[in-house]
Amino acid sequence: MTEPRDRHGVPRLLWAPAGLALGLLVMPIVALLVRADWQSLPSDVTSAAAVSALTLSLVTSTIATGVCLVLGVPLAVVMARSRGWTSDVLRALVTLPLVLPPTVGGIALLFLLGRRGLIGHSLDLWFGIRLPFTTTAVVIAQAFVAMPFLVLGVEGALRTAGTRYETVAATLGAGRWTVLRRITLPLVLPGLVSGTVLCFARALGEFGATALFAGNAPGVTRTMPLAIYSAFNGAGVSQGTAVALSLLLVAAAAAVLLAARAWRPGGAT
Amino acid sequence: MTLVVDVRVRRGVFALDVALSARPGEVVAVLGPNGAGKSTLLDVVGGLLLPVDGTVRVGSRVLTSVGPSARVHVRPDRRSVGLLGQDPLVFPHLDARENVAFGPRAAGTAAAPARAAASAWLEAVGLTGLGDRRPRSLSGGQRQRVALARALAAEPAALLLDEPFAQLDVRTAAELRDVVRDQVRRTGTPTVLVTHSVLDALTLADEVVVLDHGTVVERGRPLEVLTDPAHPFTAALAGVNLLVGEVVRDGSGAALAAPDGLLVPCRTDLAAGTLAQVSFPPTAVEVAAPGAADGPDDRVVWHAHVVDLEAGTTGLRVRTTGDVLVDVPPALVGRVDLQVGALVRLSVPVGSMRVRRAPAARR
Repeated sequence: MTEPRDRHGVPRLLWAPAGLALGLLVMPIVALLVRADWQSLPSDVTSAAAVSALTLSLVTSTIATGVCLVLGVPLAVVMARSRGWTSDVLRALVTLPLVLPPTVGGIALLFLLGRRGLIGHSLDLWFGIRLPFTTTAVVIAQAFVAMPFLVLGVEGALRTAGTRYETVAATLGAGRWTVLRRITLPLVLPGLVSGTVLCFARALGEFGATALFAGNAPGVTRTMPLAIYSAFNGAGVSQGTAVALSLLLVAAAAAVLLAARAWRPGGAT
Repeated sequence: MTLVVDVRVRRGVFALDVALSARPGEVVAVLGPNGAGKSTLLDVVGGLLLPVDGTVRVGSRVLTSVGPSARVHVRPDRRSVGLLGQDPLVFPHLDARENVAFGPRAAGTAAAPARAAASAWLEAVGLTGLGDRRPRSLSGGQRQRVALARALAAEPAALLLDEPFAQLDVRTAAELRDVVRDQVRRTGTPTVLVTHSVLDALTLADEVVVLDHGTVVERGRPLEVLTDPAHPFTAALAGVNLLVGEVVRDGSGAALAAPDGLLVPCRTDLAAGTLAQVSFPPTAVEVAAPGAADGPDDRVVWHAHVVDLEAGTTGLRVRTTGDVLVDVPPALVGRVDLQVGALVRLSVPVGSMRVRRAPAARR
């Protein structure tokens, strides 16, 4: 330590709670690593069930993130450029799924898209489409819980960026679409990237809404979190498998975070 | 083509009423105190604000027209009116060349020719070889040059300059003024310059319009307006003393009854009771100890008190009764008592003092 300790003027009193907070966040992962049965780990994570669950998780999370991007970015733009009560109401509505327990979200989705649901009934009657307990339901549940992370992140970045560059671009003859494509979105790219990463990570970890709305069918709706839950409850496999699968999910999430960090425009922080 | 602006705007109690025109390659400077309506005027010309009445056109092309029978409002991106503000607002995610190429690209020019044109523009504003630089690695002056090149590369029908030199250091500002003048003339772009700076007006403008409380109070060639101002704001800006008051006459001749009970003798044919104004530069005033011998006959003399003092460009600048500013050369400082409150004898050569009837419209 060559730098003076109070360089940033942080009161020493903060160190203890800060350390505890870090411990609370990190120690469970450490415990997981310590508990792991490293002997059986390779076979556990390469078992057909594990590979199937991981593949399903990655595929559904990627699609859900794609859906969030296509629908969420326009919503973020509309929110950021609306004023007064419109933006307040929109932000409250978008934040709702964030504060709602995912299980409540799952039940709500069932009442909307289930066979007797608000829309699900008509979908079944007119098109013969039944969403619950399908892979599509997994994607919908993931998008429902993950979308707020993307929308709020991008919206915040848009508000911070302001509209001054857009005004200049307009005086240079750029139409609204050109301004959005060449100025607005590139300017908020860092916010867009971090929002996408959070969105993906949330989709990857989604459990509650998926369990209620999509079920737990191996190969169809049994994503990693559901596979871990099933393994932990001893449905044919040992708790060791649950630990192994958890580690696999941790590794996948960490990989996504690291990749996004390396790719972030502007480089190192 | 000539830019013609004739608009009226109302915002609460504030009302703007301006008419001005700029011929191709001509710069019209709009001077005025804060809140005079300068920014509002730019917003109207740029299409960000709709007037309650009036027109903005370039040549025969109408950009804004609001009246009993018409309502035309061309969107900012279709107006072809360029803007260069105090803050260059160079797009941070694009390099200098791509910034300049933005306008041509938005107009549909292919990438390669747009970049070639951008390089030529960068050369024109003195940034040869800096096309690959990101805005971050350019100086403030260089960024403002990029912004100018970017505005002109879009080939605007008219250009708006909003205090474009305010954030630059003296030398950089001087260099950029030259670039702006050269490029505006070369491209024949009618230009409106909003500024607080006398230097901007004198070095760049072909015409000066002085705005106060939303109305034009003075206009003309920069040198004439600024050396013989008729409005207190212009006088303050140009650093010229301007006294307004009634003409009074007694046995010895005429005098102007200025504020603070100051009586300044003046040579005039105006009748007693006429509202008149007297102007003279602070450098023309000579200061002496009170009661000094009367000089030659060609000077007007009065006595005043010292109100405050500040450093002038060479000696001292002394404010005296009636806000009359006096520049005291270094050689005289110390020879005359200039303490605050001291009585001094001031004199101005008759030839340096302009006396005339005060304009009717005055606030």
